[in-house]
Amino acid sequence: MLYNAKVIIPGLAIAVAAFTAPFWLNLGSPEYTYPKLAVPAAKEGTKCVEPKEWMRAEHMTLLNTWRDQAIRYDRRTYIASDGKEWSISLQNTCMACHANKAEFCDKCHTANNVEPYCWNCHVEPRGNN
Amino acid sequence: MKKTRRDFLKIAGLSAFALGSAAAMGPAGALAASGGEGRYITSPKELKSKRWVMVIDTRRFTAPQDFQTVIDACHSEHNVPSIPGDQEIKWIWTDTFPHAFPDEAHQYLPDRVINGNFLLLCNQCENPPCVRVCPTGATFRNEANGIVVMDPHRCIGCRFCMAGCPYGSRSFNFQDPQPHIKNINPAYPARTRGVVEKCTFCPERLAAGKLPACVEASKGAILFGDLNDPNSSVRKALASNLTIQRKASLGTGPSVYYII
Repeated sequence: MLYNAKVIIPGLAIAVAAFTAPFWLNLGSPEYTYPKLAVPAAKEGTKCVEPKEWMRAEHMTLLNTWRDQAIRYDRRTYIASDGKEWSISLQNTCMACHANKAEFCDKCHTANNVEPYCWNCHVEPRGNN
Repeated sequence: MKKTRRDFLKIAGLSAFALGSAAAMGPAGALAASGGEGRYITSPKELKSKRWVMVIDTRRFTAPQDFQTVIDACHSEHNVPSIPGDQEIKWIWTDTFPHAFPDEAHQYLPDRVINGNFLLLCNQCENPPCVRVCPTGATFRNEANGIVVMDPHRCIGCRFCMAGCPYGSRSFNFQDPQPHIKNINPAYPARTRGVVEKCTFCPERLAAGKLPACVEASKGAILFGDLNDPNSSVRKALASNLTIQRKASLGTGPSVYYII
């Protein structure tokens, strides 16, 4: 049998409660909703490089792959799933439409407590769409 | 039935595996959206070369304005900050003949040479010492076109490359460079504190079918072309003029030639 059970079992119970606390404490809170983003209105009808839902989940993977392909393999053109050609450039392609960092990039990143370091070097878009 | 420790571990392991794989399959399967099956190709407009080299006609760089035009064209396009003193960042700069070509210098050279200035930049070496010493692979040689590429995303700021480079072509960002950039070019990134930078031979311009910024601004005083193509402008210039390279005896194989 377990030695010192009267100390260990309450200890385990406290540990389990502490680790699962985020779930219990957030049980009643409202469901996460996507922040309202400043979608580039001036360019209505144009589509993003890839479908919106995929970009929402995977844009960071795409940006990392773009970075590696452009710098390390000098392949600077992306042919998207729909066959359209795009020049690989964060500042000249992505930000040509998404010109509002505060209302687009930052909204979700802040809500999800993500701090990407793209903007340490890359020049922030200045425009508001 | 008495459970042994061995039985307990077996069951615990199986349960953990079942829980883990269920958790991994569930959300991933539900959230996956289609997309991202794109392909990557070299730009259709890209200027092609097996080995990019530069030939600088130093006879056409005499007045300070001749140098400044070229330097400004590069530095304004690439967001190179103007920081005075020993924290300066340089991509393309000038120095005297004895400093640039110590092996060739002697005091009885023509006045134009011994007292003149020479345009200096990264030599895009065939055998680059900076690449040998880089511990992260942040700098590497593109074997397809001979350009020594600097990937600031991977640079950890150890400065080995600066110690390795015999030409002083690399500069370290001791501070955030962005406050020192007068008019920031929104089409090109800047750098951050703690990374090394240098002249890139403008691969982003070559991909767009344009010559490097300094070559374009020099109005023909700097030639740029394929060393492996006997009919290129650079090969013709090398065949018809006496040219020298910086510190060629070190065996780095510089890609920048100077017509004296």
